[in-house]
Amino acid sequence: MEAVYLLIPLASLAGAILAGLTALNDREVAHRWAIPGVAVSFALSLYVLMDVLQGNTFNGAVYTWLVSGDLQLEVGLLVDQLTALMMTVVTFVSLLVHIYTIGYMHGDPGYNRFFSYISLFTFFMLMLVMGNNFLLLFFGWEGVGLVSYLLIGFWYRRQSAISANLKAFLVNRVGDFGFVLGIAAIYTWFGTLQYDEVFAQVGELGATTFSLIPGWEWSVLSFIAIALFIGAMGKSAQVPLHVWLPDSMEGPTPISALIHAATMVTAGVFMLARVSPIFEQSETALAVVIIVGALTALFMALIGLVQNDIKRVIAYSTLSQLGYMVVAMGVSAYAAGIFHLMTHAFFKALLFLGAGSAIHAMLDEQDMRKMGGLRKYMPVTHWTFLIGALALSGIPPFAGYYSKDAIIEAAALSHIPGAGFAYLAVLSGALITALYTFRMYFLTFHGEERMDEHTRHHLHESPKVVTVPLILLAIPSVFAGYIWLEPLVFGGYFGESITVAHDHDVLHELAHHHPGWAKYIPLGLALLGIATAYYLYMVRRDLPAKIAAASGPIHGILVKKYGFDELFDRVFAEGGRNLGRVLWKVGDLAVIDERGVNGTARRVGWLSTRLRALQSGYVYHYAFSMLIGVFVLVSWYLIT
Amino acid sequence: MIPLSNYLVLGAILFSIGVMGIFLNRKNVITILMAIELILLAVNINFIAFSQHLGNLAGQVFVFFILTVAAAEAAVGLAILVLFFRNKRSIDVDDINSLNG
Repeated sequence: MEAVYLLIPLASLAGAILAGLTALNDREVAHRWAIPGVAVSFALSLYVLMDVLQGNTFNGAVYTWLVSGDLQLEVGLLVDQLTALMMTVVTFVSLLVHIYTIGYMHGDPGYNRFFSYISLFTFFMLMLVMGNNFLLLFFGWEGVGLVSYLLIGFWYRRQSAISANLKAFLVNRVGDFGFVLGIAAIYTWFGTLQYDEVFAQVGELGATTFSLIPGWEWSVLSFIAIALFIGAMGKSAQVPLHVWLPDSMEGPTPISALIHAATMVTAGVFMLARVSPIFEQSETALAVVIIVGALTALFMALIGLVQNDIKRVIAYSTLSQLGYMVVAMGVSAYAAGIFHLMTHAFFKALLFLGAGSAIHAMLDEQDMRKMGGLRKYMPVTHWTFLIGALALSGIPPFAGYYSKDAIIEAAALSHIPGAGFAYLAVLSGALITALYTFRMYFLTFHGEERMDEHTRHHLHESPKVVTVPLILLAIPSVFAGYIWLEPLVFGGYFGESITVAHDHDVLHELAHHHPGWAKYIPLGLALLGIATAYYLYMVRRDLPAKIAAASGPIHGILVKKYGFDELFDRVFAEGGRNLGRVLWKVGDLAVIDERGVNGTARRVGWLSTRLRALQSGYVYHYAFSMLIGVFVLVSWYLIT
Repeated sequence: MIPLSNYLVLGAILFSIGVMGIFLNRKNVITILMAIELILLAVNINFIAFSQHLGNLAGQVFVFFILTVAAAEAAVGLAILVLFFRNKRSIDVDDINSLNG
């Protein structure tokens, strides 16, 4: 089995290398290398999932990377229920995105580069989920961050793309700083980076504290958990480190679907589930997780209401849904969070790919105000998009309903501080999600056709390589929730791979709890949201503008995205530039140049002008100084 | 019998005159050469006085060497002086300051 485990990531890596190297002359053959690689990964992942369902897990080293004293760094694999599920989801979405890309990127000068990158991404993502120690997790973590950077800036001639990928990279560095601190703290107190060894010792460190600032005791586990969570906040784009994700839409649409919706941004959520034994020991950390997740879930959804770029609406929706997953992690409903991660991967990838199909047909127009009525031109895209929208809004029997509902109910049952707020946030989020999703749906596919004549003439359904992945993603978007809710969330599928403290176990409680009519609140809110969207954007189309005008500053705040970008621009960008200017003017010019380099030279010159006065050139002066010297030496000799 | 101290005083006086000749002289390089000769002679007198006083002939042998060297030195010095005069048209001490920094 070990060879199979190894082959899964390596097949994708091989695909990436071959697609990048061999397709240099004839770009259009790149997919012949990349797709089989990922297909092998997917098939083997399915096989491994089946094997794991039989109860066969694996945890062991395959390669010793480095030994230094007591520190032994290994490339080790951990294949358990959580890993197997993630592997399958990642490779499935990745494979479909690969296929979709054949159609979407056709004729792009970077065709082979693109395939090479996304296969490389699959490799890193698989390493991230399969590693059995924090170092390998970090390796994959940085790897996917790198590929994300490369792909956001894929069209590197666009200034906006370059700015966006730089922004993503820098914001992720902030999160990674916390992550590295967390890993360092783990090594300091546990003396190892292996998951199993760390988790085995967690109980003993429960009461340990340390003080960074004298007189202020911190629980070690809370510190580690929060530091790791800061890493997750960067990667999973939680407030306030979310600013990079909307801008990452500068990348090609398949990337938005694969990396910035379905897989990479959920790496933070995956990591939280993976280190659940640590979080379970610290209610403080869980409360932080809940609050941050709830803020993200609600406030990012609100921004989605006022965006006009179709991809940005989905991007803010992704942020909001990531907030839901993080809330699920915070209320210890790890299984529900991972379940939502999975269903979200399907329907959000579907929505992105559907949006990409529409954008492509619209000749790269992304503004929804210039779309409308696409339904009759693109029936497949329309129907699959509708399925994705229903799943996202949480309408049964579509997948999103089950997973989102489980999170909302878990939040309602949780007693961890902040859960009450989180419940309200995710509940109102359900209404807003339905509203913005169907606003987007109606604006894009219904209503009058607002595009110009030239574009209308070109409108047509996308080719099969695009529509087939849409259909294949629509299938799990419909059925995944209904089929896998019971085994995944309540059936204890995750077994040993996730630890939940007994008094945090809301999902166990949920299984035996019948909330009665409260269960139907989210559904009611979602239906209300859809009805509102229909009324506002199909029946009374003059109303949205009036509401925006009547709401006063609120609309402006939403359009400005709460001013995070401006704030960061002011504080960090402007502050950094000012700091740089001060260091340049004072540090470089004044101190080093003026005082240091030029100052030394001037001082030597000044001293020389003094010293050269000694050289009179008159023989008798030299003779006199010789005599004085002899006199001094002799007197010294005589005296001592 | 003239006591040793008289010779030594004479040598010291000659030496001092020589040194002063070097320092105080602002005019002529030849004077400096002569002052150097004077210093050497002062040394010679010291040698001879001690040789006589201690009954050791080595001092008188040294004097011959010094006289030889002094003669050679005077020859070389004068030769330099002649060349210098040819180039600079002056043997004024105040003009010889090419090393002035």
